Amino acid sequence: MESILAFSALGAGIMIGLGALGAGVGIGILGSKFLEGAARQPELVPMLQARMFLMLGLTDAVPIIAIAFAALLMFANPFTAQLAALLG
Amino acid sequence: MSGASPAEYISHHIQNLTYGEHQDGTWGFAHTAQEAAQMGFVAINVDTMFWSLFTGILFCCLFRVAAANASIGNPSKWQLCVELVVEMVWGSVKDAFTGKNAIIAPLSLTIFVWIFLMNLMDLVPVDFIPYATQLAGLSHMKMVPTTDVNATFGMSLSIFALMIYYGIKMKGIGGFAAELAFHPFGKAFLPVNLILESVSMIAKPLSLSLRLFGNMFAGELVFVLIAALVPFYLQFILAVPWAIFHILVITLQAYIFMMLTIVYLGQAHEVHH
Repeated sequence: MESILAFSALGAGIMIGLGALGAGVGIGILGSKFLEGAARQPELVPMLQARMFLMLGLTDAVPIIAIAFAALLMFANPFTAQLAALLG
Repeated sequence: MSGASPAEYISHHIQNLTYGEHQDGTWGFAHTAQEAAQMGFVAINVDTMFWSLFTGILFCCLFRVAAANASIGNPSKWQLCVELVVEMVWGSVKDAFTGKNAIIAPLSLTIFVWIFLMNLMDLVPVDFIPYATQLAGLSHMKMVPTTDVNATFGMSLSIFALMIYYGIKMKGIGGFAAELAFHPFGKAFLPVNLILESVSMIAKPLSLSLRLFGNMFAGELVFVLIAALVPFYLQFILAVPWAIFHILVITLQAYIFMMLTIVYLGQAHEVHH
């Protein structure tokens, strides 16, 4: 029981941390490239902006899904219920 | 829900109002998550159905009002607002969709506005309507249909069915099968191609629905967390900035779902030589 809780907490921390790390680097590159492109050709800004937001949403989704599942592990852990059912 | 512990409060708020057959054979609402799980497949999330139909009908009525009262000389503010949305969707379809199909633009408009309205329910305070329905006798009430994985999978599987339908209609059953079997590596590697193409095909509806669900569920959970863990006189300090940020997220997710639908259906219409 205790080890399930401990590993769940560890898992939630790793999910949030690694997800945020990857998405942070990714969105940083995305934004810097967008600014570069906008500085080079300001007339393309509306088109670039729409695509940047599309990619931002795609990149953003992965860590947010990870956060949702991490929060599930933290507040409504399904494994403890499984363990309780297993022990009868 | 005063007097409940934070964990109870949170798990109460992320459970749907499920109607189905109980273990003892009677029909009724599930009162705990375990009861809802035991109902199995023949059960329906009443709150998801109600709020998604409600927002769908709201969308039809609002846009019908603008269409019925449309005028060229003296447009109302609401008509201009609707025109803005229609033109935005129309522009995205023209940019991203190269085939010829009259259903894509109305479908995209419906997807965009409907998902936006469903996501918008997230901005209603978490206990506002659930508390009222609890007084009326319903044990659970989850107001945002897109935080229910059933709703998002329902939408993405409909898109998946349309993808297969138009794929077969445009390329013929042979062309559709050929695209699955011969695509990346040529005819010599047929089983490898088949596995790769099937995985990428199944990944499309899966990622489409999980992306929307994950974003909305995480957003809703943060609101519930704020309501559960912060004293009521401090809640607005955290909830208001998150709600303002969330306006961006809900619009972006509706836009992405629409955009990817257009792109996927566009791929289904492309005929390779």
